[in-house]
Amino acid sequence: MAASVLFDTPGPKTRARHRLYAFVSSAALAVIIGLALWQFWRKGQFAMEFWEPFVTPRIVNVLLEGLWQTLLAAAFAILGALVFGLIFGPGKLSDHRLIRWPSWLLVEFFRAVPLLIIIIATWYVIGPRSGPHAFWALVIGLVLYNGAVLSEIFRAGINAVPQGQSEAAYAVGMRKSQVMQIILLPQAFKIMLPAIISQTVVALKDTSLGYAVLAPGLTIAGKLVFNEFRNTLQTAFVIAVLYILANLVLTYLATWAQKRFAGEHRIEVSAVGAITDLSTGNSQSGAATQF
Amino acid sequence: MQVLLDNSDKLLEAFFTTLRLFLVAGALSLVFGTLLAAMRVGPIGILNRAGALYVTIFRNTPLLVLLLFVVFGLPKLGLQLGYFNMNVLALTMYTSTFVCEALRSGVNSIPLGQAEAARSIGLGFNQTMAQVILPQSFRAVVPPVASVLIALTKNTSLCSIFGMFEATAAMKGLFNDNATARVWIFIGIALGYIVIVELISVVAAGFERRWRVA
Repeated sequence: MAASVLFDTPGPKTRARHRLYAFVSSAALAVIIGLALWQFWRKGQFAMEFWEPFVTPRIVNVLLEGLWQTLLAAAFAILGALVFGLIFGPGKLSDHRLIRWPSWLLVEFFRAVPLLIIIIATWYVIGPRSGPHAFWALVIGLVLYNGAVLSEIFRAGINAVPQGQSEAAYAVGMRKSQVMQIILLPQAFKIMLPAIISQTVVALKDTSLGYAVLAPGLTIAGKLVFNEFRNTLQTAFVIAVLYILANLVLTYLATWAQKRFAGEHRIEVSAVGAITDLSTGNSQSGAATQF
Repeated sequence: MQVLLDNSDKLLEAFFTTLRLFLVAGALSLVFGTLLAAMRVGPIGILNRAGALYVTIFRNTPLLVLLLFVVFGLPKLGLQLGYFNMNVLALTMYTSTFVCEALRSGVNSIPLGQAEAARSIGLGFNQTMAQVILPQSFRAVVPPVASVLIALTKNTSLCSIFGMFEATAAMKGLFNDNATARVWIFIGIALGYIVIVELISVVAAGFERRWRVA
């Protein structure tokens, strides 16, 4: 909504008032940031010994290795989640109750349960040890959770393809699986692409949960660093910057894909915990929000 | 099954902590998120940019890293708030960005024609907002805000790593003590979370019905 519709063009008095507000708020922000920096300085947190590790080759290598493991986990997780979604997304739309209801149960269960308890439970199942065990526990947990979310995105994306498309396909004599594979999925994929990329941002952020099960990755690498150098603040800062950069690249890609492929199409993802879509495969309301 | 019954007092206490984290952090996030959204849509350029920067930074930082920074880091700056408060602080810093975006998208979803129509029959800014835009946006923001609160509920599980004895920590404890009954423990804890999520969803549906526009 354009703000200009809501109020008249500000006159000289209003503009002066806005300038005053801007001045006061900049001063307040400057004071807050200044106080924070001063506190950092007072407690010696800018000391070289705390920041030096991040330019020391040995430590940089530890962090880079962690970053590599994190990206690897995210890549495996998204690939697995795509497969999961491709099976259970259309499954939620199946005409057969025996397929639709279990798909619905599985998807809604993993969407409603915290990712961390899925990861921890998987970890205990395959053996609670660090290293590869923990890595795969993290990946499996991520696949189950993100796969469930992607299933819902797939279902919504397939529903976003205009109905005339499937009607036309049936009219020329295609069968159900052909309609899905040749007509609906390819068109739905374009509509879903931005949502899928947004979900990779979530998956990438959630790889940080590897910390809880000692899975190799950026956060565990960070733990090694701050346990050695006692520089928790600085390490958290560096890891956050790495994550933010990676996520901004992905977000940029998602925006580009939205413009390039999806255009005005928006998909309607049903809210977690909404039980309305069991019988029809459709949801009443919803909003695509990413976490 | 028996394990859950035997430890029911412990489990109830743990879920009570989960609920407390959710309620306190949720209320604070709603307040702070609304403030951020006001900054983002208001006419003051510097506040607009500050809000946008805040949202970009804290939305893209994993909650776990934020918790590391707040719970393990802030004491090094001489800030001792206690575990519960620091966990709530980190949850609030993270969740308020999503509340802000949900509110913004809700207000933006009201068709422009509504504001134009209100203005053209002579309503001022305050009247337009109070009588036309906000009542409609209340309804539009219910589903996205409910999604944010549900995500917050699930995110409180991360506090188990940072010194809170809540449902996830309880699950881990029971896992260690009862190797044979892990499936039941997992299902029990998962159901506990699902009940909370379902409650939020039902309350949201109620609000959506109450604020339904025509």
